[in-house]
Amino acid sequence: MEMIKNTYRNQFIVMAILFIFILITFFLSLNLGHIKIAPLEVIQTLFGSGTSENKLVLFDFRLPRMVIALLIGAGLGISGAILQGVSQNGLADPGILGINAGAGLAVVIFIFFFQGSMTSLGTLSIFMMPIFALIGGVFAAFLIYTLAWKGGVTPTRLILVGIGINAAFGAGLIIFQLKMNPNDFMQATVWLSGSIWGANWKFVLTVLPWILILIPFTMYKASSLNVLNLGDEMATGLGVAVEKERRILLLTSVGLAGACVAVGGGISFLGLVAPHLARRLVGSKHQVLLPATALIGALLLLVADMIGRNLLAPSEIPVGLVVSALGAPYFIYLLIKVN
Amino acid sequence: MVWNEQESTSEKLTSRPVMATIILFVGLIVLLLTGALSISFGAADINLKTVWTGVFEFDPNLTSHQIIQELRMPRVIAAALVGAFLAVSGAIMQGMTRNPLASPSIMGVTAGSAFMIAIAFAFFPGTSYIGLMIWSFVGAGLGVGLVFTIGSFSKGGLTPVKLALAGVAVTALLQSVSTAIAIHFNVAQDITFWYAGGVAGTRWVMIQILIPVAIIGLILALLVAPSITVLSLGDDMAKGLGQRTAHVKIVGTIVVLLLTGAAVAVAGTIGFIGLVIPHITRFLVGVDYRWIIPCAAVLGALLLVLADLGARMINPPFETPVGAITAMIGVPFFLYLARREGKGF
Repeated sequence: MEMIKNTYRNQFIVMAILFIFILITFFLSLNLGHIKIAPLEVIQTLFGSGTSENKLVLFDFRLPRMVIALLIGAGLGISGAILQGVSQNGLADPGILGINAGAGLAVVIFIFFFQGSMTSLGTLSIFMMPIFALIGGVFAAFLIYTLAWKGGVTPTRLILVGIGINAAFGAGLIIFQLKMNPNDFMQATVWLSGSIWGANWKFVLTVLPWILILIPFTMYKASSLNVLNLGDEMATGLGVAVEKERRILLLTSVGLAGACVAVGGGISFLGLVAPHLARRLVGSKHQVLLPATALIGALLLLVADMIGRNLLAPSEIPVGLVVSALGAPYFIYLLIKVN
Repeated sequence: MVWNEQESTSEKLTSRPVMATIILFVGLIVLLLTGALSISFGAADINLKTVWTGVFEFDPNLTSHQIIQELRMPRVIAAALVGAFLAVSGAIMQGMTRNPLASPSIMGVTAGSAFMIAIAFAFFPGTSYIGLMIWSFVGAGLGVGLVFTIGSFSKGGLTPVKLALAGVAVTALLQSVSTAIAIHFNVAQDITFWYAGGVAGTRWVMIQILIPVAIIGLILALLVAPSITVLSLGDDMAKGLGQRTAHVKIVGTIVVLLLTGAAVAVAGTIGFIGLVIPHITRFLVGVDYRWIIPCAAVLGALLLVLADLGARMINPPFETPVGAITAMIGVPFFLYLARREGKGF
């Protein structure tokens, strides 16, 4: 009993520390950038008494993109946690499985045919983008799931098929990208690399409903994830409709990934790393794992965005590249360690 | 590696030299015909008779002969050589690692090469074409080297999944750095054109580099072929038969680096030929690598010449990236192998 109490307390402490880290990073990130704003001025501006220039920088540029970083980070983290849970494979990630590529291809096709340009996105199309990303993502997930199906789905098949699908979408992307003019090409490259630099409040509104609905829904399904994690046979024995639950959860995961990709582009490895770190800190019970994953995902993306903005300033490194550069070595470490 | 040993001893230990000889002869003839067809097809249509005279009785005063000699011949020859290189590399990789998913395209070659090219474009903008080829060469080696190393160090060894995932991770890592460089220095499209460019715009200079590589690489490949046959039966078996597995693996790796490096340097990244062709060849001619390697070379050459022709025919006057065409052929095949969880035929 004492043990259990202790773990609960530890978990609470971990979450609290993560939350504090997020607050600190958030504040730091508000200061830093091409235009540096002193901490005191940040506070003044937030409370409505700053200069108009500071107001513009903070409210129209920095705040929205940081809010988006938090939302997408949490969303991708949870999406990865679900994938790892349902596939019983610690190396699953929406980026690796080709769901990002599917969503990315759909968005690039949408822009290519309906917009004619990456630069002039109207309000309507900003709201349309997640829908297209979602269609692309669902299509990719459907392809992966059906092609990996052979009287059931094994984790190995799921991952290998995902890699194949990823290659196919990648080839599709190249075809469209090479037809673009240099300007659009650059925009598309930046976007596909994972970027939240064009972010404004409209994007926040676009992604917010998805996060607000799907993350609580995942929490509601936490016990199913726990059971699925035990393996198919055990789960069936415990009376869970394995394939049905798996499909629902997979769809949720794709929904989250799709919405995040639509706004943030192809950010890989976050969905892989965040659940892993969370599992180390709070254990593998999804009721606590999921919130911890969301916090870690949000924190990581916020930090990555800060690095991306400041490392090579004034030019920005797309945040997805920072995440890959940090996440891939961790993935390699896992690959070497895990049997 | 989880070869089904039963299956591999009963079905796989056959060699079909007659079939192999037929493939070599018929393949070469078809390759010549396809090559001629490919030369005749293009914006300026040239009939096959002119192709013949253009190649064998070159007359510098005729525009059509100029086109044939300066533009189309090097392109077709490059396609054939690159196709052969990739197929042979794939065959050696699969034989050495006994891993049916091993192939240059999923092993970080693209990413490595693009990484080095990005560095060259960004920091040494005046680099000559030959210089770029050397960079690309080094990069391809870097990619394969990293993937192999990670795969070998990981617990449980080089399973198909591990190798594929190591490829994904190394690709992501190198790509993130090179994309950052590309965006910062504004050379992203140049780089993409480089590695999605295929064999378009190949000049004789490049062929002059490819030919010595072809001679050295293919001869070395044929020399290690008998040892690879033994190695493909398993490390233990090979050691039991008194083979120095480490030596064979080193020579094999050198051949792979030489061939893929040169192929990527000339044609950019053309995926899946190195995956598909060795499987088809093994299916046709059996397990003896002395036959597999030459047959894979011929079939790989044929496939890439066809794919390159297809790339020009799909949407003229635009060229579809040839890598996309080989992906269209290769992905279904990869998926087929994936569904078998990488257990091969």
